[in-house]
Amino acid sequence: MPFIPHTEDDVKAMLNTIGVNRIDDLFDEIPGHLRIRDLNALDSGLNEMTMSRDMKERAERDGGLACFLGAGAYEHHIPAAVWQIASRGEFLTAYTPYQAEASQGTLQLLYEYQTMMAHLMGLEVSNASLYDGASALAEAVLMAVRANTAAKEPRILIAGNLHPHYRQTIEALVRPQGIHLETLPYNDKTGCLEPQLPKIENGDMVAVVIAQPNFFGGIEEVDNITDWAHQHQALVIAVVNPIAMALLKEPGAWGQRGADIVCGEGQPLGVPLASGGPYFGFLCTKMDYVRQMPGRLIGRTIDQDGKTGFSLTLQAREQHIRRAKATSNICTNQGLAVTAATIYMSLLGASGLADVAKASHANSKVLCTALTALPGIRLRFNSPYFHEFVIECPCPADSLIQALLKKNILAGLDLSVLSPELNHCLLICVTETKTSDDIHTYANAVQHALQHILTAVED
Amino acid sequence: MLIFEISAKGRRNHLQSPRHAPEASDIPAHLLRKNAPLFPEVSELQVVRHYTQLSRKNFSIDTQFYPLGSCTMKYNPRGVHQLASLEGFLQHHPLTPASHSQGYLQSAYELQQILSHITGLSAVSLTPMAGAQGEFAGVAMIRAYHLARGDTARTEFLVPDAAHGTNPATAVMCGFRIKEIPTDKHGDVDLDALRAAVGPHTAGIMLTNPSTLGVFERRISDIAQIIHEVGGLLYYDGANLNAILGKCRPGDMGFDVMHINLHKTFATPHGGGGPGSGPVAANERLKPFLPTPIVGYDGKHYKWLTEKECPQSIGRLSAFMGNAGIILRANIYARFLGREGLCRVSEYATLNANYLMARLQQAGFTLAFPDRRASHEFIITFKKEAKTLGVTAKDIAKRLLDYGVHAPTTYFPLLVPECFLIEPTETESKEELDNFVNILIMVLKEAQDSPELIKQAPHNLPVRRLDDLKAAKELDLTWRDSQ
Repeated sequence: MPFIPHTEDDVKAMLNTIGVNRIDDLFDEIPGHLRIRDLNALDSGLNEMTMSRDMKERAERDGGLACFLGAGAYEHHIPAAVWQIASRGEFLTAYTPYQAEASQGTLQLLYEYQTMMAHLMGLEVSNASLYDGASALAEAVLMAVRANTAAKEPRILIAGNLHPHYRQTIEALVRPQGIHLETLPYNDKTGCLEPQLPKIENGDMVAVVIAQPNFFGGIEEVDNITDWAHQHQALVIAVVNPIAMALLKEPGAWGQRGADIVCGEGQPLGVPLASGGPYFGFLCTKMDYVRQMPGRLIGRTIDQDGKTGFSLTLQAREQHIRRAKATSNICTNQGLAVTAATIYMSLLGASGLADVAKASHANSKVLCTALTALPGIRLRFNSPYFHEFVIECPCPADSLIQALLKKNILAGLDLSVLSPELNHCLLICVTETKTSDDIHTYANAVQHALQHILTAVED
Repeated sequence: MLIFEISAKGRRNHLQSPRHAPEASDIPAHLLRKNAPLFPEVSELQVVRHYTQLSRKNFSIDTQFYPLGSCTMKYNPRGVHQLASLEGFLQHHPLTPASHSQGYLQSAYELQQILSHITGLSAVSLTPMAGAQGEFAGVAMIRAYHLARGDTARTEFLVPDAAHGTNPATAVMCGFRIKEIPTDKHGDVDLDALRAAVGPHTAGIMLTNPSTLGVFERRISDIAQIIHEVGGLLYYDGANLNAILGKCRPGDMGFDVMHINLHKTFATPHGGGGPGSGPVAANERLKPFLPTPIVGYDGKHYKWLTEKECPQSIGRLSAFMGNAGIILRANIYARFLGREGLCRVSEYATLNANYLMARLQQAGFTLAFPDRRASHEFIITFKKEAKTLGVTAKDIAKRLLDYGVHAPTTYFPLLVPECFLIEPTETESKEELDNFVNILIMVLKEAQDSPELIKQAPHNLPVRRLDDLKAAKELDLTWRDSQ
């Protein structure tokens, strides 16, 4: 029997010990009217060989595209050692480290992760992960509401150029608690937040949410916005790409006092695209707010012999202790993805990570220059960008995407998802994984597609 | 030794990152980072050796018997892991057009169908990323249902005192007040207390069945009737679904919505604390409120259904579509087992639990509910030993680690003092269970003969008992260069 080791003799002996005749007798406390006898609407089981063929065929159908699509999930090179080590059974098949003495491996690794992530963000503390970037932002918003006691009402000002899925996620996750979400507008020319910040009174807002880079890839003037928020007693929540933070100013150094809560999607740090997950959300903050943090925290301490060890700490914030008064309902997080990220950051080091960021930036500049040299294509927003940019095409972006798909290129994201006015706009991402050949192939494919599409229109 | 402590300035892995990356001269200097983050500078071998050595300090299913109650630590098949890690799946971007995502979409759709059939509920959304998010989805759906009917008076959620901590925490996140319902001495919900608690303010109840006490809630149909009669709805916490696969279905018990822990019942690895996946299943009444995206099928092609097609949805719970890789794994696991294998899961999980319970009772251990059948797990209590020997459940748990088995869940549920919640799962052999019984007998004997040995345990692990008070008082959450 697949995955079940019992022999017939075992079963007989066990039933005998229990004192029943058949396994079915063990279900005698389930009322008869609720019992079902089988699951016969489902198929019979497959063996490993048949399943392998089937899944390989499915994987082939989904694979093979050259990826120039980012929009919150990014293709980066993942060193071989990352998942070879992360997939060791001792990491893969361990539970949450509640029995600290039997979980020192996971606990120390998480302490090292917290250290690297806090240093990368320029803040004092990191938790041990949340589900993903979008849900981490929702948790950051709830945390800000608890932490900012100066605010009169639970109002949050959110950058209008935040990833639309993040905005939708926060709405779903915080709306039931009566939190008001308002929008900080972006400039139509730059794609960045309006430099003229709105007039608000002290204590009007719990927090301001800033994305760096923003959804269009643009780099925000974070210092001004941070200082403005702090002047009005609002906290600053930064949503950042962790790879970009090897190149761009870290949130802890924004403005006079630095961002208060930093969160985002950890996937770029060694986690594959994998249809959207499992990824992991990160969340860092200042020491002052540590008791308002959601999720697990690992602390370094000593054992009864004075030897260094690690354990879950400040558990009184969590649901298994505090129940209805917990800071969040989160229990299971994304431990394995964090394991991979920790190994990834260790292998690359600070300079390797900076090289990934710089190469991604440089490659995106090359493609952008090639594309905007084509007739009819212009750069939609004129701000500096990290590794994503928006082009405006002379045709609906979707027709370009379809044309490039025929050449096995995933061209980018059609921005009509954001707003119908942006239906000629394409959000393109280039990372360090692309060679100059890849970039030229893309630019040539766009050139041919445009000729074809525009001729067809003229006909 | 921390990875930072084996670091040496200037050591680099040039193989791992691009060479000759030019400076970003077009970005204004005031927006650039000035100081590099403090990361270790180590060789590839140092990284591999460091984390391999750390891994060896973990207990895991692959290396130890792991009877952690309520967590379903069953074998995580290697074939599942390998097939979900095929290159085509790993390199697939979540926003790829559906035309080039049919392999994944088909797998997700099939899992929706399988879960719908197993639970007796009509529709499934796979997007919640863990059990607690599945709970959030379900309770938020109940909230949305009442509000859609203009029923704004329903501000209370009922939660039994035996429930997981996530249940009350979730209901609070959804904006509800909690009313706790007591348990009777047989481990069932106290129906009189329930009747007294319900009313026009009742939005719903969250229940686990079999409950966290390891017994089947026999009067579940009465509970459903009491809640439905006052206009409330029932949420099923799927933590213990492993116990009833193919034997009975939450939909038939009267539940309106539930979540399923794929990382428990469907054998996806726990990864040292995640990722999990907590799909939510609903009946016709709550189906319109399911979180998006959901996978649809028109008979030819699979496609994403979003807020356009599902306007009443509670919305999106993650940036993309949940823990897709875990969803793939659950699909493969379910299709490996098929209809026969899925029924066997609950049969052998229940057989193992009842066998272990019978053996421990015969050996003189105290059962919390001796007159009840175990589900896939059961509770023993060391209340007597705590009184007579001064040895607690925690002491015994720590001593078990010395003998190379992971401890069962301790001090949960909170109702039973000095308890172990023991869940062997179906993938453990009789020999392994017998070995566990022998170890427990030995530890109990040690507790009688030399209680100090037990109170000081563990003795054979990388560290001994940790100073948790110091950890919380003198917070050391990140390593600093000065240390």
